[in-house]
Amino acid sequence: MSAPARQDPVSQGSIRRRLLLVQLAGAAALAVLLYFVVLSVTRQVAQQSQDNVLAASALSILGSARVSGGEIVIDLPYSALSMLDSVTDERVFYAIWLGDEFLSGYQDLPRPQRPGEAQPAFLEAAFLGAQVRIAAVERPFSTDLGNEQLSVSVAQTLTGRDQTMARISRVALGVGAGFFALSAVLALIVAQSTIRPLNRLTGAVSRRGPRDLRPVSAPVPSEMVPLVASLNSFMKRLETSLSRSEDFIAEAAHRVRTPLAIVRTQAEIVQRRVRDEDTRNAVREMIHAVDESSRTAGQLLDHAMVVFRLDDLACEPVDLPALVRETVSQVGVLSEMRDIDLILGRMEDAVVEGDAILLQNALRNLLDNAIKYCPPLAEVTVSVRNDGNEICLQVSDTGPGFPEGGKRRLVQRFSRGDNVSGVVGSGLGLTIVEDVTVAHGGRFTIDNNDGGGACARLFFPAS
Amino acid sequence: MRAIVLSGILTLWAAWVSAFEVEDRAVFGPEAAGDTIKVISTADIAYFEPMIRSFLDRAPGLRVDYTVASSSELMKAIQDERQSFDLAISSAMDLQTKLANDGLAQQHFSDVTRSLPRWATWNDMVFAFTQEPAAIVLSRAAFADLPIPRSRQDLIQLLRQNPERFRGRIGTYDVRISGLGYLFATQDTRASETFWRLTEVMGALGARLYCCSSDMIEDVERGDLAIAYNVLSSYAVTRADTDRFHIVLPQDFTTVMLRSLLIPVTAQNRDGAARFADHILSPSFGPEASPLAGVDLTALQAESTLHRIRLGPGLLVFLDQFKKRSFLAEWQSAIVQ
Repeated sequence: MSAPARQDPVSQGSIRRRLLLVQLAGAAALAVLLYFVVLSVTRQVAQQSQDNVLAASALSILGSARVSGGEIVIDLPYSALSMLDSVTDERVFYAIWLGDEFLSGYQDLPRPQRPGEAQPAFLEAAFLGAQVRIAAVERPFSTDLGNEQLSVSVAQTLTGRDQTMARISRVALGVGAGFFALSAVLALIVAQSTIRPLNRLTGAVSRRGPRDLRPVSAPVPSEMVPLVASLNSFMKRLETSLSRSEDFIAEAAHRVRTPLAIVRTQAEIVQRRVRDEDTRNAVREMIHAVDESSRTAGQLLDHAMVVFRLDDLACEPVDLPALVRETVSQVGVLSEMRDIDLILGRMEDAVVEGDAILLQNALRNLLDNAIKYCPPLAEVTVSVRNDGNEICLQVSDTGPGFPEGGKRRLVQRFSRGDNVSGVVGSGLGLTIVEDVTVAHGGRFTIDNNDGGGACARLFFPAS
Repeated sequence: MRAIVLSGILTLWAAWVSAFEVEDRAVFGPEAAGDTIKVISTADIAYFEPMIRSFLDRAPGLRVDYTVASSSELMKAIQDERQSFDLAISSAMDLQTKLANDGLAQQHFSDVTRSLPRWATWNDMVFAFTQEPAAIVLSRAAFADLPIPRSRQDLIQLLRQNPERFRGRIGTYDVRISGLGYLFATQDTRASETFWRLTEVMGALGARLYCCSSDMIEDVERGDLAIAYNVLSSYAVTRADTDRFHIVLPQDFTTVMLRSLLIPVTAQNRDGAARFADHILSPSFGPEASPLAGVDLTALQAESTLHRIRLGPGLLVFLDQFKKRSFLAEWQSAIVQ
C-alpha cells in the first residue's frame, strides 16, 4: 500500500500582486495625466502672461499716437520696448500701420488677423531668424484724410517663455513623479492591509491541531464571510463523517471480536481432538488467522479509544518510570513465552503532563512490536532519560530492525514493514504511538541501532 | 610701422570698392599669416592699436585687418551692404543693439562671456568692454576765478549769472549729425528734465555744435571754448595736456556709454573673431581690469550716480523715425534760437 501523494494547491497569480499592479498602473496613468494637466495649465498661464505684456506694450504705443499739426505723431514710450526685455534678454520688433500705410518699425513683421477693437490678436511666427510671439491692437484714428484703423504690432522672441516652460516642465515632472511615488507607497500599504485578514485566517486555520475541526469564529471582513461559512460547513461535514466512520470501525471491531474469540476456542478444542497431521496444520493456520483478525480488531478499538481520548486530552502529571515498570510487568508474560529478554534500562526521574492511559497504550504498542518482530533470545531494553529539557523514552531491541524507507510510511495507518510478512500485525501500532506522542507535544523517531536492531524513541518536553 | 604706411594705400582702395565710407584702415600681423580677422570699428587706429598688438603677441599667425568707419557707416556696411566683417566694434550702443535685434549678429558663448556682468551683455550677441562717462570739460583759464560747477544745476546757474562771459564759448554735440551725441542727449532726457533747461540756456548763449569729442576738447585747449558739454571723458583723460582743463563728471547723474562689440552673421573667420572678442573682453572686467577708456569709474564716483546706458530694445525707441523726428525738432527749437 503506497502513501497517496500530498496534493499541493495550484497557485494562480497573487491577489496582493494583482492589487498592487492595478493600483500602480492606475497611479502611473494618473501621474502622467497630472503631468500633462499641470504642464498645459501652466503653459497657458505662461503664454497668457507673455501675451499680456506684449498687449500692454502694443497698447502703450497705440495710446501714444496723436495728431499734431495735421500730421500723425507717435511718441514711442521708452518703456513700451524696454519692458519686454526686463527679465530675460529678448529681441523685440514692432510695426505701426495706419490702414494700409506703413508708418514705422519693421515693415515685414507678420500681422495677426485683424484684431477686434477690444481684443488684442496674437500670432506666433518666424521673423528675422527667430521664432517670435506677436501681439496686435488697433483703434480707429481720424486724420485730416479721414478715418483709418491705426494698428500696432509688437513682437518678442521666446527666450523667457521657453525658459519658464522648461522650468514648468521640470516642476510638472517632479509633481508627477512625486505623486506616483506617494501612490506607490499607498498602494503597497493598501495591498498589505487588504491581504491581512486573509493571512490571519490562513494562520488561524494552519495553527490548528490535526483534529481541530471547530468552526472558525474569529471576525472576518464581509467579503470573506462566504468563504469562512463554506469552510466551516465543510469542516462540520468532515467532522461528522470522521466520527461516523470511527464509530463504525469501533463498533465493527467490537462485534467481530467476540465471535472470533468463540471461533478460536472452538478451533483449539478441535486441534486437540484431531490426530490427523494435515487437519491439525490446517486448524493451526486457522487459529493463526483468527489471532491476526482479533489483534487487528483490538488495535482498531485501541485506535478508536486513542482518538476519542485525544479529542479531549487529559492533563495530569504522569510518573514515567512507574508507568514503564507497570507496563513492562504486564507484557512480561508475553516476552517470556517468546524467549525474549525484556530488560529495564536506565530509569531517570521524569514526569510528563498528559494522559497515563494513552501513554501506556503507546508504550505497549512499541513493546508488542518489539516482542513480535524479534527472534527468540533477543533482548528488548526500555529506558527513560531526562536531561532537564527533554524526556526520552527509548525502546531498543536486537532484532532485525526497521526496513529502509523510513518512518513516514510505517506510521501511516495499516502500513507494515516489508520484512515482517510472517508475523501477525495490523499496521496500526506505530500510528497510535505517533498520534499520542504528538498530542503530548512531543515527537516520535525510529532508527536502527548501529549494531543491528530497532530503536524507537519518544521525546516529551520536560515539565 | 610699414603697416601704417600701407594703411593709406589700403584706405583709398577700400573706399573705391565699398560704398560705405571708410575713414582709415590698417593691417596688423605678418603678411604670411593665413587667417585674417576683419574688424570694422568706430575707434581710431591709434586708440585700438595696443589691444591688437597684445592680441597678435598671444596669437601669432593671425592678421588683423582693421577698418575705421563712423557708427552710421558701420551700420550701413553690415545692414544694407552685407559686407563681410568678423568683428564690429562701436560706441553707438543703439545701432549695435539694432544690428543684434535685427538678427545680424551671431551669438557667442565662452568662459569670458559667462563671467561678464549682466549689464555688459545682451542676448549673448552684444558685449560691452568699456565704460565711458560723458563729462563736462572746462577750460582752466576760463574758470580761474569761478567756482567749478559740479552738476547740471550748478552749470545752468553759472551760465545764467555770467551770460556775457560764456556767450559763443559753449560747445556740445550736434545731435543731428553725431550718433553718440544723440545717444547721450536722449539718455539725458530719460534721466532728468534739467537737460532741456540746460539745452535752452546753451542755445540762448549761442552754443557751438560739434561732430566729435576730440574737436571739442581741442577747442577747449586752444581757449576757443570755455565749456564742452557731454564730452567723452576717455578722450579727455588720454590727452597729454590734461592740466589745461578740468574734467567734471556731473554729480546729479553721469551718463555712461558702453563701447561694445559683436560678431556679424556675415563673419567668415568666426573662430578668429571669437578669440579676438574674448581677448578684448577679458581684461575689461574682473579684479585686474584695465579698461581701454583708461577711466577708473569707481575711483571717480559713487556707483549710484552712474547712469549706465542699458543695452536692449529700449535703445530702439529713439531710433524710431517718429521719435527721432520729434526729438530732433524739440532739440533744434531749444538750441538753435
